[in-house]
Amino acid sequence: MSMLQGIAASQGIAIGKAHKIEDRKLTVTRRSIEDPAGEIGRFHNAIQDSLKELQQIFRKAKQELGDEEAQIFEAHMLVLQDPELAQGVEEKIKLELINAEAALDEISNQYIAMFEAMDNEYMKERAADIRDVSQRVLAHLLGVGYQSASFHEPVVIVANDLTPSDTAQLDKQYVLGFVTDIGGRTSHSAIMARTMEIPAVVGLKHVSVEIQDGDLVVLDGSEGKVIINPSSADLQAYVKRREEFLLQKQELLQLVNEPSITQDGRRVELAANIGTPQDLPGVIQNGAEGIGLFRTEFLYMNRSALPDEEEQFQAYKEAASGMNGKPVIIRTLDIGGDKELPYLNLEKEMNPFLGYRAIRLCLDQQDLFKIQLRAILRASKYGKIKIMYPMISTVQEVRQANSILDEVKQELAAKQIPFDPSIEVGIMVEIPASAMIADILAKEVDFFSIGTNDLIQYTMACDRMNEKISYLYQPYHPAILRLIKQVIDAAHRENKWAGMCGEMAGDPIAAPILLGLGLDEFSMSPSSILQIRKFVKGVKYEDMKQLALEALGLGTQEEIKALVQQRMRLEA
Amino acid sequence: MLEKSLTIQLAQGLHARPASEFVKAATSFQSEVHLSKQGKKVNAKSIMGLMSLAVKKGDQITLTVDGADESKAMAALETLLVEGNE
Repeated sequence: MSMLQGIAASQGIAIGKAHKIEDRKLTVTRRSIEDPAGEIGRFHNAIQDSLKELQQIFRKAKQELGDEEAQIFEAHMLVLQDPELAQGVEEKIKLELINAEAALDEISNQYIAMFEAMDNEYMKERAADIRDVSQRVLAHLLGVGYQSASFHEPVVIVANDLTPSDTAQLDKQYVLGFVTDIGGRTSHSAIMARTMEIPAVVGLKHVSVEIQDGDLVVLDGSEGKVIINPSSADLQAYVKRREEFLLQKQELLQLVNEPSITQDGRRVELAANIGTPQDLPGVIQNGAEGIGLFRTEFLYMNRSALPDEEEQFQAYKEAASGMNGKPVIIRTLDIGGDKELPYLNLEKEMNPFLGYRAIRLCLDQQDLFKIQLRAILRASKYGKIKIMYPMISTVQEVRQANSILDEVKQELAAKQIPFDPSIEVGIMVEIPASAMIADILAKEVDFFSIGTNDLIQYTMACDRMNEKISYLYQPYHPAILRLIKQVIDAAHRENKWAGMCGEMAGDPIAAPILLGLGLDEFSMSPSSILQIRKFVKGVKYEDMKQLALEALGLGTQEEIKALVQQRMRLEA
Repeated sequence: MLEKSLTIQLAQGLHARPASEFVKAATSFQSEVHLSKQGKKVNAKSIMGLMSLAVKKGDQITLTVDGADESKAMAALETLLVEGNE
């Protein structure tokens, strides 16, 4: 038996027989031929066969993985139908009188080499796409087929690498999990594995050599471990852990439609953060009670001009109606800092995080802001939308934003365009200054949402992208907890509610303290919701209040963390 | 044959999605479509050819169309290069 440590790519435990997918470096022999037309015909047949496969994969990916993942295969189809590629291959066959395999291999290698030599990461990735496509055509020419091996029993897939098309074709019925030599948490295959909920460990270096077909393999996708031919004791332990994992998953799924309410009756709202309306299925599957943060940046990014009102309206409407009357908090444009919009031609700044961004930019470029507000208001008719301004640091900013909102409302009313006249308006509290004057701000708004990622960065004066000082990025630092408490208390004194839409809201260590501090709404990535709901249902609010009080009296993040861990163990 | 010199305004140049969109649009016309940049000329119906130009924002390129529907093609493709498919 041996144990390997890799990168935990997709959680869960798989136990089963190894099935190796050999590296698909097909061997091509160069042969002289006498019938170039025949070879060209074979080549085109292989293209057609490959195209049919890719269309199938594209449809499957679209259905199971979503539009974004499926786009890869659309690009693959374009490569496959590339006239230059076809012409190059045909000419080579005619001029050199060689077989189609060799001609294709040589031409595609030229392209692969060209893209690999580019100094741009994106272009380098295209080399992998061309390789994936040309190997598929080669396989058809060689008559070996490119379809992922078919299995009739459950297996653990072992490979050097899995291409996007390999991963999309994995049959969930038989694939228990997969392990690969290369890849990281954000590689295509890892992302797909998580979407498909198949346990996976990647980045294992030599796993495809160390494992033999038929070996018994245990993979722990939560910890990134792989055990080859485990001892019977280990095997038993993992069989048990697997059952526990599945049981937990089952248990969590049963909480999908349950309210998030503590044993002594305090109800909180567990909401989801989303980037596009396409995230809605995951939000609903995980039982979110609302959208706590709809980041609208995606509408503005990766394009060459501002999105118009209609396009924005459609996206907001889709989210509002998709949530069926549950609250959807739309954050107005939060651009600047590390998020740039090239077409706005903003000046480079020395300190972009302290610069011209978010609400500051919107109050300056009011036309842009008004278009967004108009789109949000129009969509408010289709559900329960709330508006949230990011990066507020002064009372004036809130008033100015609200007066622009009023203008837009009046314009709509004058044109008899319907909207929700009592739409709630809140702010993100993510600058220490606004946390300090939360009592004053609370009089101006309907709610607060604490943005912890920036709040921590600004409070600790610590750039969260800078690895050298990452030790200072401390979510449980007493200063952060005290600011959070101040914000929640200020909201409650004005009978307003306070939520949180930063990473912290879905953090099992932070949640007990936040609950105890009286946080009303927790907004997080959809996949964390059920776990936090389980926690909320299992504790008493009074106990968490006590815990939060104790935590606030401690001096360091480590002590606070230890306190929570110890107390939660006792609770369990 | 029609020819036009253009400055690329697309924020990301002709990478990724815009390149695919452009190829799809070019393919929908009968005319031959070529793009050239700094003396290198490629078939604009070829995704790999197009991407190999590595066209960035601000680059000067020449768009050439030749064929029965050349004026229609020129108008559509020019807009796509300047404004993107938004």
